[in-house]
Amino acid sequence: MSALDSLRETWRRDQVWPALIDDKKVNVDKDIILYIEDLSVSFDGFKALNNLNLYVNDGELRCVIGANGAGKTTFMDVITGKTPCDSGSAYFGQTINLLDKTESEVAELGIGRKFQKPTIFEALDVYSNLELALKANKSIITTLFSTLSGEQKTRIEEVLTIIGLKDQYQLLAGSLSHGQKQWLEIGMLLVADPRLLLVDEPVAGMTAQETEHTAELLTSLAGERTVVVVEHDMEFVRSIAKHVTVLDQGSVLAEGSMDEIQNNSDVRRVYLGEE
Amino acid sequence: MSMNMLLQRESLLSDSGSRWFLSLLAIATAAVFIGNVFIPEGSALHVDTYTVTLFGKYLCLALLALSVDVIWGYCGILSLGHGAFFALGGYGMGMYLMRQIGDRGVYGNPLLPDFMVFLDWQELPWFWHGFDQFWFAMIMVALIPGLLAFVFGWLAFRSRVTGVYLSIMTQALTYALLLSFFRNEMGFGGNNGLTDFKDILGFDLQADNTRISLFVISAAVLAFAYLLSRSIFLSKFGRVIISIRDAEARTRFLGYKTENYKVWLFVYSAILAAIAGALYVPQVGIINPGEFAPLNSIEVVVWVAVGGRGTLYGAILGAILVNFAKTRFTGIFPEAWLFALGGLFVFVTIFLPKGVVGFFSERKNKKQNNKAENVAEANS
Repeated sequence: MSALDSLRETWRRDQVWPALIDDKKVNVDKDIILYIEDLSVSFDGFKALNNLNLYVNDGELRCVIGANGAGKTTFMDVITGKTPCDSGSAYFGQTINLLDKTESEVAELGIGRKFQKPTIFEALDVYSNLELALKANKSIITTLFSTLSGEQKTRIEEVLTIIGLKDQYQLLAGSLSHGQKQWLEIGMLLVADPRLLLVDEPVAGMTAQETEHTAELLTSLAGERTVVVVEHDMEFVRSIAKHVTVLDQGSVLAEGSMDEIQNNSDVRRVYLGEE
Repeated sequence: MSMNMLLQRESLLSDSGSRWFLSLLAIATAAVFIGNVFIPEGSALHVDTYTVTLFGKYLCLALLALSVDVIWGYCGILSLGHGAFFALGGYGMGMYLMRQIGDRGVYGNPLLPDFMVFLDWQELPWFWHGFDQFWFAMIMVALIPGLLAFVFGWLAFRSRVTGVYLSIMTQALTYALLLSFFRNEMGFGGNNGLTDFKDILGFDLQADNTRISLFVISAAVLAFAYLLSRSIFLSKFGRVIISIRDAEARTRFLGYKTENYKVWLFVYSAILAAIAGALYVPQVGIINPGEFAPLNSIEVVVWVAVGGRGTLYGAILGAILVNFAKTRFTGIFPEAWLFALGGLFVFVTIFLPKGVVGFFSERKNKKQNNKAENVAEANS
């Protein structure tokens, strides 16, 4: 009897065979690129993520805000393979399970990530930083004998223009200013041509002018790419976001347009500290 | 459309340090060669065979230092166990040399080395077979340490062990090998190791010509290893390695499988160390478990630090300088050597954080800056 049951289970009509799924290409038939369902992570009993549910539409620019410790960075860590999660699921498109992928596999799928603190290779020049980030075969033998093709050089030059470091391309990345380092890291994301960008506090430490420039860039990226921005700077969020998600204690507190969010009483109580 | 950027990438011999180092090595090797072979004994310029062998030894240790710089200077992995790979390479060569003795040993056994006869063994252990062939022994010299480095690196780097924990594990590795090679049952001559070698490829090891040839070969291998390592670090692979050293997480998020990169660099470095060991043994005439001593591996790190890490030639220079000092110092005042070595390490760490090479290149930069300033002032 139980054998028959398990056989029936195997031949259920909605059975999915993971081995048959082409998990190199992201399937966005339903216009949703990131599905996060019931995700929970705890560190020594502290619930950094608590049944987080979040859907990101393909091509949208989504801002995620929340107080310190609300789980913004943890959420990025989990979907990029850095932190293992306790329960829940995270899918990239309809078919690709992000939770069984390592960091480098996630990057290969076309998910780029910018860290909170600018993380670039300070001992290398700006050009090499971009070269390493290029979308290319990243196996050891190929890397050992690789040279840049004309197309790749053009791509690097385009990105250098976008991030405004055209004249600094030979400088060591370590000698750039803080804002320029932020820009270089954004450039490293762009040159990799990702489908989904996860950007953690992009304007921290930038001047007003640089912030404005960043806002323009991120808005222009949305559409062909999907951008998820985690940010503290409300002014900045207001200037770019159409759709905002507020996190609190590891789960979604509110979601909607910026105006809706600012008028939401829960949000005002928790995030803006009003009684 | 293209802005035609001419990126000034370094080529193999474009930096002055490389050119200096290779010329110096070539001149010194030629001088020793001519002084030993063509200038008659008694002349002030004659280089006696003892000195030739001493320099040959320094060159092997320099190659060992190079292998540590490859992994420490460029990838930030502080290996305190490279002496293990050096000694394993040395044992590979030693086994070949033992088999060459044949029936000229004390006991005159045509097949078994003396220590096996002494232990009353009846037949050659399986792992000694094939070592009478030079090519086989040379393959094993690279293969065994390479395999050990692969297994160790694969386990350690995949589990993301880094920093001091990794250093401690490498110390444990070399210590474990030390203890097992001390055992007679291991079949490598136990405490006494392998010695009393007669000839290599049919040439008498005591002969002057063999000695000078080994010296020249050591110099050539060192130069080749230097150029190979440099070309590796000038490739994109090298830039990935530097990225791993400075920001491993970032490199991973760019899509590089950093643990694989680290494993293969570790294997490359171990093979360099093993080749150094294989060249060292015929010149010093003995290999014993003492070479596995954890202290030896730490000494290598001191040589690299003294010379300056992350330049390759700095490590080579450091190894030769410190070992030369060691030879002189232990001759004059043997008990104080370890204190001097410790003092040297402290001195270098505090006053020359970038080593001797770093000190000179900084001075050169300062001079150039001063010159540029003077020119600017004169123009204004």
